[in-house]
Amino acid sequence: MTPAIIAEKLCKTYGRGNISVKALDQVSLTLNTGETAALLGPSGAGKSTLLTMLGLIRQPDSGKIVIGNETVFNDGSRTDIRTFRRKNIGFVFQKANLLPFLNALDNVRLAMEINDVSGREAKQRAAELLEQFGLGDRLRFMPKELSGGQQQRVAIARALANRPRILLADEPTAALDSAMGRKVMELLRDAARNHNAGVLVVTHDHRAMDVFDRIWVMEDGKIERQK
Amino acid sequence: MMNLALRDIRYNLGRFCLTTAGISLLLIVVMGMGGIYRGLIQEATLIIDRSGADIWVVQRDTKGPFAEVSKIPRNMEYRIAAVTGVRSAEPFISHAVQRDHRGRVLRLTIQGLPDSGAWLPIIRGRALQAGHYEMLADRSAKLPLGTRLKLGKDTYQVVGITDRMNSPSGDSMVFVSLNDALAIQNDTPPEALRGERNARLRRFDRMAYGSTSVDHRETLVSESEKPAALPGQQISAVLVKVRPGFDPAEVLRKLRTLPDISAYTSDDERQIMLSGFVARSRRQLLLFRTILITVSTVVMTLIIYTLTLDKLHDIAMLKLIGARNRVIVGMILQQALLIGVLAFGIARFFGQWVYPYFPRRVVLVPFDLWLLFGIVIGISVLASVAGVMKAMRTDAGEVLS
Repeated sequence: MTPAIIAEKLCKTYGRGNISVKALDQVSLTLNTGETAALLGPSGAGKSTLLTMLGLIRQPDSGKIVIGNETVFNDGSRTDIRTFRRKNIGFVFQKANLLPFLNALDNVRLAMEINDVSGREAKQRAAELLEQFGLGDRLRFMPKELSGGQQQRVAIARALANRPRILLADEPTAALDSAMGRKVMELLRDAARNHNAGVLVVTHDHRAMDVFDRIWVMEDGKIERQK
Repeated sequence: MMNLALRDIRYNLGRFCLTTAGISLLLIVVMGMGGIYRGLIQEATLIIDRSGADIWVVQRDTKGPFAEVSKIPRNMEYRIAAVTGVRSAEPFISHAVQRDHRGRVLRLTIQGLPDSGAWLPIIRGRALQAGHYEMLADRSAKLPLGTRLKLGKDTYQVVGITDRMNSPSGDSMVFVSLNDALAIQNDTPPEALRGERNARLRRFDRMAYGSTSVDHRETLVSESEKPAALPGQQISAVLVKVRPGFDPAEVLRKLRTLPDISAYTSDDERQIMLSGFVARSRRQLLLFRTILITVSTVVMTLIIYTLTLDKLHDIAMLKLIGARNRVIVGMILQQALLIGVLAFGIARFFGQWVYPYFPRRVVLVPFDLWLLFGIVIGISVLASVAGVMKAMRTDAGEVLS
């Protein structure tokens, strides 16, 4: 197994002076390809902040992030993040965040077409992905016509559309019932294995911990323990 | 790559249609304003162009007969006809009247015809045949064939309907024979005639006191004698056609040597109309159009901006999955352009049904339409700028909010 992501001594402070809050304090972790990891911790521990740093949505104050073989952040300097993100990182959120004006198939297809996959190939691959997630009969359904669980499965398919090196999920089961929540977690684990991606899931849901290969617990901006 | 703008429009079809309909209503007015201006020019120069005259002879030092009142004696046409190089000299009589007709106000411009008017665009009925009491009325006067209308002391019957014959002030034109036009113009109330005759008799009595000459009282009050203190037969202008082989400029120079008239070429007459009467209206219409185009731009900007605000979350998501800026800009710009182009098309289509109901004639010319189309494209692009700027400032991280 090769590292999908390496984070070294990431720091992030919000605010200034007396009212500053250290959201990340020297956080380091390594996630391998094909591995599924959970990031646990109370609210305000810095889980989502870490996720946004690793996903290159927000920038750390200092530290180093390596995704695959590429150093994408090193104490202030970083690569063309949008292009890099498009090719290497997939996201899943608490809400599916599907584009409401595109059907399930086109939501997945769009992610591929943005990454310069031709229309026909994108359509075929998107349909295959959705079939894998049990949505073969819902390809033409608009997001509002799908249940919460189905929407989340479409979001996972979209996140995997470009075969990313890492898939970051922020509370993906928070809006789902326990059965559907477990199913989504299993889908994420299978995605990691089948697509050889590193999957990092921020969650409060303790019911599906057996799904994960690693569990990190964060508190006050630090990773306190690893299971 | 799939077209996001069209997908979004299809998803929000109702809102898009309402927006486009609103903009098209504004454009109908903008288009109509331009058409009214063109119609104004056409109406202003209609008679000048249709008369076929080379030279217009009017009252000395006036810019008549359209821009201001011009009165010259009826017999002026004979003096003009005697000038070397003049092929024909025809009296021109044109004056406005306002009458109440069957419960509505009827504004007409009475135009005297030296002939039957067969050259006019008659769409129903026939040209004038009798020398008196017949008229051709423009369709816009809404006087059906056979309508009888009292003008002056006589009643005239509509025998023909013309199309698009309006005076420079927009009034419907009616055409009668020259003599009838003069009779209507010089209609004098009986009381005025009686008063003048009595005044003449009193003056005669004072002058003839103690005289032994023949009594001319009968002559003074006879029906055939026009009272001197009342206006004689006056016309507005004389239309001159130059004999082939003669230089119109030379004929004009000769006419200008006459001490009691002014003479203009048809081009001069046209210029007098366009630089005076029409120019002010043109400025006013231009101002209205500018204001309406500004309003359209502001409305479109607000609509496109609001549509973009509604999509900020989706735009953030697009950025998060790595969409290039041109994908996002393209989506906003295409929607703005589509609204503009469709609104223009709707305005053009429905305008042709609406404009005939405008009180002034609306004339749409291709140049104006293309110009407006260009402006619409311009304001569509301009309107999308605010939306694009907002979209560009949107951070991918807003998906998390």
